[in-house]
Amino acid sequence: MNVITNNKWIGQRTIRPDGVDKVTGRAAFAADTTMPGMIWGKILRSPHPHARIKSIDTSKALALPGVKAVVTARDIVDFPVDKSVMLGIQDMRWMCRNVMAREKALFPGHPVAAVAATTEAIAAKACELIEVDYEVLPWAIEIDDALKADAPILHEFNKFEGKPSNIAGKLEVKKGDIAQGFKEAEVVIERTFTTRPVHQGYIEPHACLISVAADNKTTIWSSSQGQFMVRAMTSYLTGIPQSDIRAIPAEIGGGFGGKTIVYLEPLATLLAKKSGRPVKMVMTREEVMRATGPTSGSKSTVKIGAKKDGTIVAAQGTFYLQAGALPGSPIRGAVGCSFSPYDIPNVLSVGYDVLSNRSKVAAYRAPGAPIGAFAVECVMDELASALKMDPLELRLKNAARQGTKAAHGPVFPRIGYVETLEAAKAHPHYAAPLGKLQGRGVASGFWFNAGGESSAQVNITEDGNVVVTTGHPDIGGSRAAIANVCAELLGIDYRRVSVLIGDTATVGFSNLTGGSRVLFASAMVVTQSTEKVITTLRERAAKIWEIDPEAVKWENGAAHPASPNAGQFEPLTLAELAAKAPQMGGPIGAGVQLNTEGAEGGFGTHICDVEVDVELGIVRVIRYTAVQDVGRAVHPGYVEGQMQGGVAQGIGWALNEEYIYNRDGKVDNPGFLDYRMPVCSDLPMLDTVMVQVPNPKHPQGVKGVGEVPLVPVMAAVANAVHNALGKRFYSLPMSPPKVLATLEAEG
Amino acid sequence: MTDIRYLSPSTLDEAVSAFAAAGSAARILAGGTDLLVQMRAGSVRPGLIVDIKKISEMTAIEETADGGFRVGAAVPGAVLAEHPRFGKVWPGVLEAVNLIGSTQVQGRASAGGNLCNSSPAADSVPAMIAAGAIVTVAGPNGRREMPVEAVPAGPGRTHLKPGEILVSFTLPPRPPGSGDAYLRMIPRTEMDIAVVGCGVSLTLKGGVCTTARVGLGAVAPTVLLVEAAAKALVGSKLDDAALSAAASACSAACRPIDDKRGTIAYRTKIAGVLLKRTAAIAAQRAGGN
Repeated sequence: MNVITNNKWIGQRTIRPDGVDKVTGRAAFAADTTMPGMIWGKILRSPHPHARIKSIDTSKALALPGVKAVVTARDIVDFPVDKSVMLGIQDMRWMCRNVMAREKALFPGHPVAAVAATTEAIAAKACELIEVDYEVLPWAIEIDDALKADAPILHEFNKFEGKPSNIAGKLEVKKGDIAQGFKEAEVVIERTFTTRPVHQGYIEPHACLISVAADNKTTIWSSSQGQFMVRAMTSYLTGIPQSDIRAIPAEIGGGFGGKTIVYLEPLATLLAKKSGRPVKMVMTREEVMRATGPTSGSKSTVKIGAKKDGTIVAAQGTFYLQAGALPGSPIRGAVGCSFSPYDIPNVLSVGYDVLSNRSKVAAYRAPGAPIGAFAVECVMDELASALKMDPLELRLKNAARQGTKAAHGPVFPRIGYVETLEAAKAHPHYAAPLGKLQGRGVASGFWFNAGGESSAQVNITEDGNVVVTTGHPDIGGSRAAIANVCAELLGIDYRRVSVLIGDTATVGFSNLTGGSRVLFASAMVVTQSTEKVITTLRERAAKIWEIDPEAVKWENGAAHPASPNAGQFEPLTLAELAAKAPQMGGPIGAGVQLNTEGAEGGFGTHICDVEVDVELGIVRVIRYTAVQDVGRAVHPGYVEGQMQGGVAQGIGWALNEEYIYNRDGKVDNPGFLDYRMPVCSDLPMLDTVMVQVPNPKHPQGVKGVGEVPLVPVMAAVANAVHNALGKRFYSLPMSPPKVLATLEAEG
Repeated sequence: MTDIRYLSPSTLDEAVSAFAAAGSAARILAGGTDLLVQMRAGSVRPGLIVDIKKISEMTAIEETADGGFRVGAAVPGAVLAEHPRFGKVWPGVLEAVNLIGSTQVQGRASAGGNLCNSSPAADSVPAMIAAGAIVTVAGPNGRREMPVEAVPAGPGRTHLKPGEILVSFTLPPRPPGSGDAYLRMIPRTEMDIAVVGCGVSLTLKGGVCTTARVGLGAVAPTVLLVEAAAKALVGSKLDDAALSAAASACSAACRPIDDKRGTIAYRTKIAGVLLKRTAAIAAQRAGGN
């Protein structure tokens, strides 16, 4: 493998620049921001899953002393339903209806009005005084209910096959001839699976503080995965031009995809504009759970056919994913990623975007891919049993490699999937003995990864240190990794490099932190910026020495004559050149803006051991090893952290996490007590194996690493449970009552 | 937006008179780990809060002359855990009290608050019932005593009379060969609420169970004393037949609901499983005495 070993900083577990602030409580999250004259915004939310809003009377709220402004859908820019306006993957027609109910309230918790008042208590009281006349409508929450012939239709304008429908979209990818493929198959397994919507579970609730001056100049402090996304969406929804909005990213307390859209910012902006006062809004956990995006619940049918020797000849998947109340479920991830680990000649993969009366989904770590992988990787396990093959051998026999054409389009370049399978097979975990009521499962997963727009500025300070400004909120360690890259290129100690996240006015456009794109994209622009800086430094030294810049080389943080022919000069360090900058041409710095290309997909293979308490129905994960092709681990500690974090989230999804609805169509567990994400003591040490197959299209060989580790987990756990009990669970979560009921029912 | 009065009296008499005078708008504050959460959620809006932590009787742990214990209603779980003797004599009660909330919450949360909050899933209550604890309450008409199991009236409601304050728990002396234990079923390993909780206290003599008490939580509107289960254990050597009979008695006593934490079928089934496991631990501790 082409692993570069002579680096000083790339590959080091350097101390994270945000670490001290976070452990001492000094880090400033959005809710920590205050301003003189600040008032508080609160949202009135629909109690109904589905209701036409006949009228809203805000007069009593406005009359309450202390209330400074009220906004409703009328204050928000309308995007008529017949014309799509896209911002990235989001359609402003749906965003404007998600931040505030327009014609109808579409889920319990859907904002109906917002109030700003001098105290939180007055704002809450004012919300109670708003009179909303609702015409309550029949509702549908689950996929099957939403697809019934007589299902309540959420949006009359939404048509599928010519009729009003709750199917908002269909995506299909095809390769070969699926019918012919199954004809050639000697063993065919077809199964149907369901998963529940699960929340990203970030610790920090959504929060913002927004000030709007009399001339509309708007300043936003908020926590998000993209300050430029916040600026653009707020601009669209309020009508304030982007040039008048400065969005300042706060330190972020977790996102996992859930902070790639706005909820509060447009409302707080309008309240601030109306009241003339800075407005702060902070969601409660209950609001987060009721009204912000989980990922989709799903119903998937997967059919795989193979020859007796294990050669897979055909694969078909049908994936129904819940969008929530407005279109936009991540069918692309389910449809595109599910079969990508395999070289299969005939594939048909179809996804449907299903509307229902629950909160609109938002991105969640490899959106859609874990849902598809759960179905496909469980069927692969059954296929391996049917063929009497080791499940890793079956995967190796059919593994995608360099030159394989994926069903979703691309021909894979040099990829590291086979290496993950081989590393898993060779790992002591795979051969370790198992005890009574214990079982082992394996599963693989793929995520596209992404490139896209990124900007950076690298400036040399007057004292010869470095400040790097990038435009992506750091949710996975990008500041530490960028410091490693920049220090490596400049040949200086990484502690001399400060990496900051700029706001929308101080750094060039940079797309969201999402899609496992940030280090790929920002390391590319920082590399190019740093190289420009080094060119300048060489030119300065050449000028001082009165030789040709080509005769100067940059090494170990200083300019040196490139060869004895260039002359005899003492090296000029970064600090010396910085000190001479005013006389030798001025400030030293460079910025680069790119639409980065060359991000390549990532693959992982996981091994999971479980033990089942068959009397109580409790499944415990007792050992876990995640193997992943990480490209090049610029900061291995962070890469391992990403892998462990993804696995932890997947175990929660597999075992306990789900929204529980009551008879009124409302979420009954809107908090961390009864929405059961795993706690530390629920998990064993999550072991990681980093396989490094560098991305040839990236200066440091970077591949995205953040999303792949969630993709295989639920299938790995389900396959382990099957191995322990001889029973297969086709529906998640495998919670204790469900496990016990299944064990009892089938004896 | 309403004003809240806060009092922190140093005597029980002062506390009782202020609490009784304020009527239903008043709330008692011990650790506050339920009350403050309810206030934040807007489900309780008290006009008066009477903080009882400055009353020495409420925060004292005493060994009584007969070898029992008296534990003040406001004694935090962490303080009870630090007592040199209590956990040796009543390990099941202590482990149950120490399951109320996280480590941080243990610095405040008390068994008295846990009982008066009257959740059917309260962790300390099945263990206290199994232990045969008697509570002392003080009110406008003086003091009275009642068994722990007589306090809860239903979710969030107690049989305390208006103006009455829970003062302390009295646990009886332990004969040799006694042991107690508490187990709960939670889907996670901590930071969770009991789907079913089971407390068992028993005494063994020559391997034969001479006395037993069983408390069962989260299977009915109040925590239950399951006398039929105890009866099945007494006189036996805790053999499989006796344990199965006691487990069946526990399942039979269940009157649970289907909710976000568990189904009727699930709770009914695992009540018996927990009884067997808890009794085994209690018996082991009894043998070790």
